[in-house]
Amino acid sequence: MIAVEDLRVRFGTGAAAVDGVSFQVAPGEMFGLVGESGCGKSTVLRALCGLNRTWDGRITIDGKAVAPTRSQAFFRDVQMVFQDPYGSLHPRHTVNTVLTEPLSIHGIGGTDAKVAAVLDQVGLGPAFRYRYPHQLSGGQRQRLAIARALILEPKVLLLDEPTSALDVSVQAEILNLLHDIRQQRRLTCLLVSHDLAVVSHMCSRIAVMNRGRIVEELSAAQLDAGTAHDAYAAELLAASRGYDRALAETRPAANDPLP
Amino acid sequence: MTAVQPAGDASQLVVDDLRIRFRTPQRVIEAVRGVSFTVVREKVGIVGESGSGKSMTGRAILRLTPPAAEVSAKQLRFGRTDLLACTERDMLKVRGRRIAMIMQDPRHALDPVMRVGLQIAEAIPAERRGTRAENRGRVLAMLESVRIQDPERVFDLYPHEVSGGMGQRVMIAMMLMPEPSLLIADEPTSALDVTVRLRVLAILDELVGQRNLGLLFISHDLNLVATFCDRVLIMYAGRIVEECAAADLARASHPYTRGLLASLPRPGDRRARLPVLARDPAWLVP
Repeated sequence: MIAVEDLRVRFGTGAAAVDGVSFQVAPGEMFGLVGESGCGKSTVLRALCGLNRTWDGRITIDGKAVAPTRSQAFFRDVQMVFQDPYGSLHPRHTVNTVLTEPLSIHGIGGTDAKVAAVLDQVGLGPAFRYRYPHQLSGGQRQRLAIARALILEPKVLLLDEPTSALDVSVQAEILNLLHDIRQQRRLTCLLVSHDLAVVSHMCSRIAVMNRGRIVEELSAAQLDAGTAHDAYAAELLAASRGYDRALAETRPAANDPLP
Repeated sequence: MTAVQPAGDASQLVVDDLRIRFRTPQRVIEAVRGVSFTVVREKVGIVGESGSGKSMTGRAILRLTPPAAEVSAKQLRFGRTDLLACTERDMLKVRGRRIAMIMQDPRHALDPVMRVGLQIAEAIPAERRGTRAENRGRVLAMLESVRIQDPERVFDLYPHEVSGGMGQRVMIAMMLMPEPSLLIADEPTSALDVTVRLRVLAILDELVGQRNLGLLFISHDLNLVATFCDRVLIMYAGRIVEECAAADLARASHPYTRGLLASLPRPGDRRARLPVLARDPAWLVP
């Protein structure tokens, strides 16, 4: 469904932010991209969805090669949910406006029924239809952001840290929602996160990124067993289990920003 | 006048029935509703979700709550000092000197237009301040103790030139300069990447151990607190609902704690759906 080959992104004349990344996602699969800040994981996502037009390499979505400039049909098939539910919604647009806008852009009718259906599906219900974002909690906003992405019935959903701004109990609700929706609609998802626990819960396959490259691809079984061959991937795996003094002292950092 | 209480450990923090209220024209919001605990030369973690009152509790100890907050308690004592009876002038001798606070994001907590070395030097109490060269020497030694490898270079950097992990080390160095006996750390590693977090925590762990300090560690991360602290307090809606040894957190009994633990995704544990926390109104009543 998604195939990325030798993707390179460079900003200005600096070092490459993404330096030759290749991966494939099968239809209906949830693929995870993990790494720490600055490793290029969000840049990959932005190149995929068309927010970043200066990239090299080959991106194929649903069998069609993607050009740096996208057609309108592309945006109907590929939708994105952003990290910050407080920043990604227009503060003066009601839930109804947020949800009808994509429909009118793409010239799709049956607005009323579609909005009601999608609100229901993300667990918000009709009572939320004429509210403003400031009247919603963080978790409800993220549900709305997911509803906005779903209303066009996309084939591919790109998720950029969808739960990192939420409390753990709300995070569980959103992760469950994403899990259910993916099963019902057979969506292909690409989940980007710094939280290995979240990614390994949701995804059947993950890729660990460091300094613009994929250093290792891990299957669900390898994740569960905690076996990683690459030093950085192993460190990330260990660090995500919690604090361990011995680990912090003995292991020299594979990605130490210190001089 | 500093009110004197019967002697205990000079660095024992006693919080008894702490309450924080915000009065608005419409209603009274109770952010913290009767929190009691003590900290003596140990690592105590306060865990809770946003809005549980954990940060307010930490701030109230240093009287850093917003002016609108009404703070009351049966007892709020540090060693022999009654923090409730202290005047603002007395608080200056406590705040930073005996109890220091490490904030979440070094980029917001540091002065952006001052070299980090000079900011750390500023934290040296007036009576211990020496010549410029002596102060510089002390700052460099402190930077070394938070494992900054090239203190001479880092001394002259501005906050925007240091990475998040290094910024947090600078903060720790600054807070330790007046040699406090209790550290309050409010989400000190939430803004950091997991591998950097591990190293900053190791530094904190080592310094707290070496200097025999108390540490009040405020965090939303159950997993982290369980592995880092000695004792954990779990807060919900302004109350401590459970207190246990960090090692026993997995066997916690309160339904809220159990619900939170269950809703955490973890590697190696495949569940199609995560159990969702059902909030019971009965938890709000003590």
